Amino acid sequence: MEKMVNFKINGIPVSVPEGTTVLEAARTLNIKIPTLCYLKGINEIGACRMCLVEIKGSKALQPSCVYPAAEGIEVLTNSERVRKTRKKNLELILSDHKRECTTCIRSENCELQKMSKELGLEEVTITGERSGHKVEVNTAIVRDESKCIFCKRCISVCNKVQSLGALAAANRGFKAIAQPIFGKSLEEVNCIQCGQCVINCPVGALYEKDDTEKALSFIDDPELYTVAVTAPAVRAALAEEFGYPIGTDATGKMVTAGKMLGFDKVFDVNFAADLTIMEEGTELIGRIKNGGTLPMITSCSPGWINYCEKNYPGQLANLSTCKSPQGMIGALVKTHFAQMNNIDPKKIRVVSIMPCTAKKTEIVRPQLSNNGMQDIDVVLTTREYARIIKGAGIDFKNIPDSAFDEYYDEGTGAAVIFGATGGVMEAALRTAIEVITGEVSDKVDYPQVRGVEGIKEFEVTAGGLTLKACVAHGGANIRKVMDEVKAGTSPYHFIEIMACPGGCVNGGGQPIVDAQTKAVIDIRAERAKVLYNRDANNPLRKSHDNPSIKRIYEEFLTEPNSHKSHELLHTHYEAKPKYK
Amino acid sequence: MKKTSQQLQEIREATLAKITLKNDQTHRILVGLATCGQAAGARPVYDELKKIVTDKNLANVQVVQTGCIGLCRVEPIVEVLEKDGSKTTYINMTAEKIAKVVDEHIIGGKVVDEYTITVVDGTLISPKIIG
Amino acid sequence: MANVHEIRVCGGTGCHNNKSADLIKALKKAIKAADLGETVKVVETGCFGLCEKGPIVMVCPEETFYSQVAVEDAEELINTHFVKGEFFTKRLYKTIKDDIKRKAFSDTEFYKKQYRIALKNGGAIDPEDIDEYLAVGGYTALEKVLKEMQPADVVDVVTKSGLRGRGGGGFSTGQKWKFAMLAQGDKKYVACNADEGDPGAFMDRSILEGDPHSVVEAMAIAAYAIGADEGYVYVRAEYPTAVKHLQKAIDDAKEYGLLGDDILGTGFNFTLSIRLGAGAFVCGEETALLNSIEGLRGEPRPRPPYPANKGVFGCPTILNNVETYANITTIINDGWEKFAELGTEKSKGTKVFAIGGKINNTGLLEISMGTTLREIIFDICGGIPNGRKFKAAQTGGPSGGCITEKNLDVPIDYDNLIAIGSMMGSGGLIVMDEDNCMVDVARFFMDFIVDESCGKCPTCRIGTKRMLEILEKICDGKGELADIDRLQDIAQTLANGALCALGQSASNPVLSTLANFKDEYLAHIVDKKCPAGVCKNLTDFVIDADKCKACGKCKKACPVEAISGEAKVAHVIDQEKCIKCGTCMSNCPFDAITKK
Repeated sequence: MEKMVNFKINGIPVSVPEGTTVLEAARTLNIKIPTLCYLKGINEIGACRMCLVEIKGSKALQPSCVYPAAEGIEVLTNSERVRKTRKKNLELILSDHKRECTTCIRSENCELQKMSKELGLEEVTITGERSGHKVEVNTAIVRDESKCIFCKRCISVCNKVQSLGALAAANRGFKAIAQPIFGKSLEEVNCIQCGQCVINCPVGALYEKDDTEKALSFIDDPELYTVAVTAPAVRAALAEEFGYPIGTDATGKMVTAGKMLGFDKVFDVNFAADLTIMEEGTELIGRIKNGGTLPMITSCSPGWINYCEKNYPGQLANLSTCKSPQGMIGALVKTHFAQMNNIDPKKIRVVSIMPCTAKKTEIVRPQLSNNGMQDIDVVLTTREYARIIKGAGIDFKNIPDSAFDEYYDEGTGAAVIFGATGGVMEAALRTAIEVITGEVSDKVDYPQVRGVEGIKEFEVTAGGLTLKACVAHGGANIRKVMDEVKAGTSPYHFIEIMACPGGCVNGGGQPIVDAQTKAVIDIRAERAKVLYNRDANNPLRKSHDNPSIKRIYEEFLTEPNSHKSHELLHTHYEAKPKYK
Repeated sequence: MKKTSQQLQEIREATLAKITLKNDQTHRILVGLATCGQAAGARPVYDELKKIVTDKNLANVQVVQTGCIGLCRVEPIVEVLEKDGSKTTYINMTAEKIAKVVDEHIIGGKVVDEYTITVVDGTLISPKIIG
Repeated sequence: MANVHEIRVCGGTGCHNNKSADLIKALKKAIKAADLGETVKVVETGCFGLCEKGPIVMVCPEETFYSQVAVEDAEELINTHFVKGEFFTKRLYKTIKDDIKRKAFSDTEFYKKQYRIALKNGGAIDPEDIDEYLAVGGYTALEKVLKEMQPADVVDVVTKSGLRGRGGGGFSTGQKWKFAMLAQGDKKYVACNADEGDPGAFMDRSILEGDPHSVVEAMAIAAYAIGADEGYVYVRAEYPTAVKHLQKAIDDAKEYGLLGDDILGTGFNFTLSIRLGAGAFVCGEETALLNSIEGLRGEPRPRPPYPANKGVFGCPTILNNVETYANITTIINDGWEKFAELGTEKSKGTKVFAIGGKINNTGLLEISMGTTLREIIFDICGGIPNGRKFKAAQTGGPSGGCITEKNLDVPIDYDNLIAIGSMMGSGGLIVMDEDNCMVDVARFFMDFIVDESCGKCPTCRIGTKRMLEILEKICDGKGELADIDRLQDIAQTLANGALCALGQSASNPVLSTLANFKDEYLAHIVDKKCPAGVCKNLTDFVIDADKCKACGKCKKACPVEAISGEAKVAHVIDQEKCIKCGTCMSNCPFDAITKK
């Protein structure tokens, strides 16, 4: 049994397991202590000094986020000294922050702004020089140093969770700032533009490069035929942007909003996810049977592709040659769909709605083009999509549900779970086992590959073939698995890798949830539930059962891994330097 | 080589005899070579002293570097210890002055008064102001 | 070029009282009469330190020294020395030659009033020769500890000695060792903080340069006491001589088997290595130092956990500074009783100070705890140069405060210094006289802190910057009364809220100068004047029309042509053009230019 410690917060007795912090203990009493730099399990450094509390007998105030609860201590969370110090400290932070809240991308979703309100700060009396000024625009991510409060959350996520080391603390004292290392831009260092820094930034110092105007200009142009395609994970989080609780399914409204915005078609990337299973599954079986490079590793996550190209250039042959579902659907819209509907592909613009910032880097890859046209014309993150919906005056809460347009519609339950870690693996298993055995299997659910554990491994035997597989998500877990691949000791046939921890549901383009909420709710699990529910409620659970998939092979692609498939749906990779 | 307690004790005794001049040597000359001394120019003084002692074959003279004595403003400081236990502290030394100290004091046996630390009524006086 | 002589006449208070000003006039007159104006110059200088024999006159470059020169002597002195070319024997300083005590450093008051434990071997042995260290009793304490004492005995002796951390905090060294001794862990470390960074402080450097083995031996003793087998000395890379001597000491000790495995056949193992610091002041803070040893950014960690439980690489660690370690062998060899006899009730032993600023004998001294500041400044260190008046002494560097005249007789110890608004710190002691502007002093220390803040917490990162901006504004003449409240508000926030001791104490110089010299702040803010004439924007150089002889020297010397005037008309400084460089003042032969 764990040891309990008893002490008092604001005179109220509290008993918590040893090792609990004062911040967590206060929460059990429903006392919220403000935090800024705190990111549970990731950035617990006691730096921002906003969570200070008074501990009787201690000269200076103590940061509750790292102060361990101890027997008999007396804690005050709201004494005059605490209030005054927190407020003055907040004033100091604000005096070095570009305060343009009304036009800031994080307005109304800013932890600093919210804190100012909660602490009742009426005026910032402290003035002086500001330390940061530089704004750096990358393909997917913008860094605005004038907003950076040097909480180091981005640095911790980039180093500890993602194992990239792209961001680091630069300079000292007043000039200290979170920056790409060596004073370079993100694109010149080991950044994969996964956007984990963005969704963990408490303020507007890191955000997606906004492409909403570009998307809207396509819709505005009467000459163009605009197609929106939505990724599986978007539906699991979009509703949060409109005030719904975490874990609300927004599929129907997401489609309706797209149509109201004026897209000529709203397709589902899920269709391409089913197609991916057909292509990738066939590729895997081929590799196993023909002695191809193993383990084969999934290629849906563009953050992961960037990661692999920069960090494991020698293992590019292990990557599946399949384009990501986004790439596949873009290529098909501009070939198959255009051909079947007699539309000039040059007039088609595909707008991809993604939970991901790295997708913005994927669409500019020269490999993802056909006849001089990029497969996808613009990527909007979930947040940007919400922004244009709001901008268009669409009353999201009150709009009805709609279904996706024909041709590339929702697809199977196997497709929708692509948005959560383990989903691709599970979908692949459902199809692969039936392909290998040639029999219809009753087994649909593979709970051992679900969930947020960092590395999940398992094996399955079918038709005399034992398949060893592994699922990894988040850069640090990926590194462990990939070091084995690199060393030649990896025992697996097949590995699913997603760059973001939790998979796409927690992608860098998803709605931003504040750190205190994330400390009590695992948003990865909550959002994943939406997808697994949709899967469970879908009469079609296996990709190869998708009638649209059957149709496209019949009328266009002939068969998985055919010549045509290779031309349109497969790609290749190239080694890239970590540092430019 | 690792030393036993016994060997360490032997080194202690032998070296103590050396530094207290209970051997056949006559003078131990210490030059303050800490950072403060070096900054004031003690290195050339030390080098010159070493050279003179070698050139003149003064086998009875130890020349030793040492740390900071504490009175940084009159560095470079050179202290001369003699067999009878007497000590002379020379301050603000230069390579030229040290030559004179060797000639007159070490060889000649007469302290070079004008270079020594000078105290009048408890106050430290730069020796050069004495006529 | 003609043979140019300079007659230096002491202008210190003592000589001034003996009419040195009149003497200067008389000398100038005599020079003119002898038509020596081209070759002989009269200059007023600072105190020679022989006030009793004033007025003092020295003729350079020949350095002829005359004492007790009366106004009436002027003409004869000029004629004898310069015209005849002989010594003016009547006043030649030699009659008291017999009174002069000189020869050895150890005869000086400066030395005699000290009590040397940590500095005992500095200046006496060759620091690069382990044999010389052995000769003065080196490594006997280690042998005694290893062969005759249990670890708990060692901790007990150190605790009873009353030794407290010499790095500034003043925490009981024995207690610290005890915590680490009791801490659970297969692996433990001892570490030495040699990241000395206070402006003007060099106690630790001096010990490592002059007596490195005393630290090596003490660390081995500490390791035995707490059960550690590995140690680090964290020393700043700007101390190359200290690093060299220490490395030699470690290598030699290893060679003799005094470090390494099975030391002196007792089965005790201890290895020691050096970690070089890049010179960040904050790395003197213990948790930042641990980070730096581990190769991380030099930033403090929140405490708890304390290093005694989770230090280097998460293992129990003790961290003491150089001077603390330098006391250990004496405590072991001479017994804790003898050590505890020295000092005050709660502060035992001695303390090393590096004294600088407006003081005659700058340098390094070690005094028994309980000595007063007056004894240090006036008895041991010879007082303030040039007959200027003592204004304040800063202890504790940028984390400390200033001590004023009224507290000069307080016995120095950890608690007394805190009680009078300063702190012991690591031993930097800066003396200031009436020519120091206390607002400028606060600005200087804040500027230092802003440079040295690691930036981890916003309280220090931004708070110190904002305080500096306000202080600069005040020094610039743009201060307003509300700035004092702003300073106090931010200072309070730092003290309550900053992450580490550096930040928590960063506002001390401001609070301390505000408490003791508020009138100077008000003079800057309200009267727009800097009483000490330091802050340029608040100081005007003014020519006294009565004294000005219109010689034109100031006009010629002024680098920005701010001075106008013609022959026979008193000159005037255009305050708009003036850059307050002071060149005019030092070039005026008639003392007609003053700062206002």
